[in-house]
Amino acid sequence: MKKRILAVLMAVATMATMVGCGGSSAAETSSDSAQASSDKTWIIATDTAFKPFEYTDDNGDFVGIDMDILDAVAKDQGFKYEVQSLGWDAAIAACQAGQADGLIAGASITDERKESGWIFSDGYYDANQSMAVEASSDIAGFEDLKGKSVAVKTGSMSATYAEGLASEYGFTVTYFEDSPTMYQAVVGGQVAAVFDDTPIMASNIKDTGIAMKLVDGTGNDPAQYGFAVFNADNQELVDMFNKGLANIKANGTYDEIVAKYLGE
Amino acid sequence: MFKIITVYGLMLLGALGRTLLLALLGLFFACIIGLIFGIMGVLKNRACNVISQIFVDVIRGVPMIVLAFFVYFGVPYFFNTIIGGFNVGLTALQAGTICLALNCGAYMAEIVRAGIQSVDVGQMEAARSLGLTYGMAMRKVVLPQAIKTMIPTFINQFIITLKDTSILSVIGFPELVNTAKNVQANTFMSFQTWAIVGVMYLIVITILSRSAKMVERRLSVGR
Repeated sequence: MKKRILAVLMAVATMATMVGCGGSSAAETSSDSAQASSDKTWIIATDTAFKPFEYTDDNGDFVGIDMDILDAVAKDQGFKYEVQSLGWDAAIAACQAGQADGLIAGASITDERKESGWIFSDGYYDANQSMAVEASSDIAGFEDLKGKSVAVKTGSMSATYAEGLASEYGFTVTYFEDSPTMYQAVVGGQVAAVFDDTPIMASNIKDTGIAMKLVDGTGNDPAQYGFAVFNADNQELVDMFNKGLANIKANGTYDEIVAKYLGE
Repeated sequence: MFKIITVYGLMLLGALGRTLLLALLGLFFACIIGLIFGIMGVLKNRACNVISQIFVDVIRGVPMIVLAFFVYFGVPYFFNTIIGGFNVGLTALQAGTICLALNCGAYMAEIVRAGIQSVDVGQMEAARSLGLTYGMAMRKVVLPQAIKTMIPTFINQFIITLKDTSILSVIGFPELVNTAKNVQANTFMSFQTWAIVGVMYLIVITILSRSAKMVERRLSVGR
């Protein structure tokens, strides 16, 4: 008897949780241009803090360029989605494991990633990687990094960029999970410099006044950010994203979103 | 699977080495801390008891990931920025060792205290009435018996500490989990990577617990 009551209670609790999650973050809109026939709620994985592409604002809302673009595209195409903010490498792992359907996290479109199974949408933002140091640091270029340690984010473009320079300039690479932790390490002096995406660092320096500065001439060639899936069965989602992206670019929503976060 | 072993095998072994180094350093200092605070907990001195209890409560009440961020980022920030004028810098290894030593040390202190208290009071009384000083009685009579009862729990704590090193991946110390995340991010083979890492931990911990069992058997001779 006791077990039975417990089972019922657990079932109720599970249902309540599921209803709660569905209601809070799923977009439930559909417009005339809607293409999606299924009622499927797509799980979209993202980073935890990658300002201004995704971050938690002062009101505790999870916002950012990626979130707004995703929302606008979903409205345009009439699909439901639920965002899971997992962190960069965990988001990738979740997509590969099929725990999530797609990834939007300022992911640069690269050939290496395509070869290892990423299926990208059209690019939605141009960005490159560069180096930043503590505001009063006298490091002026890669030459000054000899024997020092730099922070990068596990599995990111910045990691690839820094790894490629490490032996040439004689510095070591330290891996962190997210951008704020890397910036913290730079400001706190635990590392000499950080490699990260330029718009992210610029936005953080501008908005939070963190004691960090970009080092001129350290940027690499820009690549585009894309939405990605890891399973060919989710091609439908990429197609919807591409169509929606084209529509919101055409009707000016895209420019509004970028202007809202970057003030351009 | 083979690609990971051939390409990243050495990298992962190096990371395992750093994991073991971190665990050994942490355990070494944890033993010292645990012994000091554990004995302080049983001394007939109220102030010592209270200090020991506060230390244990504070450290046990804080998750190790919080402790890690606090020691690595918080403490240097406190000295260099809030107070100012200092230039405190901790490497990830130093910060990691401090975290493990404090965290494990608090549990060790409880193990030591409980171990000593598990020895019958009559032992101490008998030793004292035979003319031994408190310190002598503690060293020659109570502790040898207490240590025997402590050993299985100590070993358990060693294993937990070895596993806890993985938490220090968040401060960028290139131990096994931090390195494996990197391998996974490069290869996108999460199943293979984590399976290999799991087996690596399993092997080391099995060796540790088996050899600990042997030591336990040796020591329990004559019981």
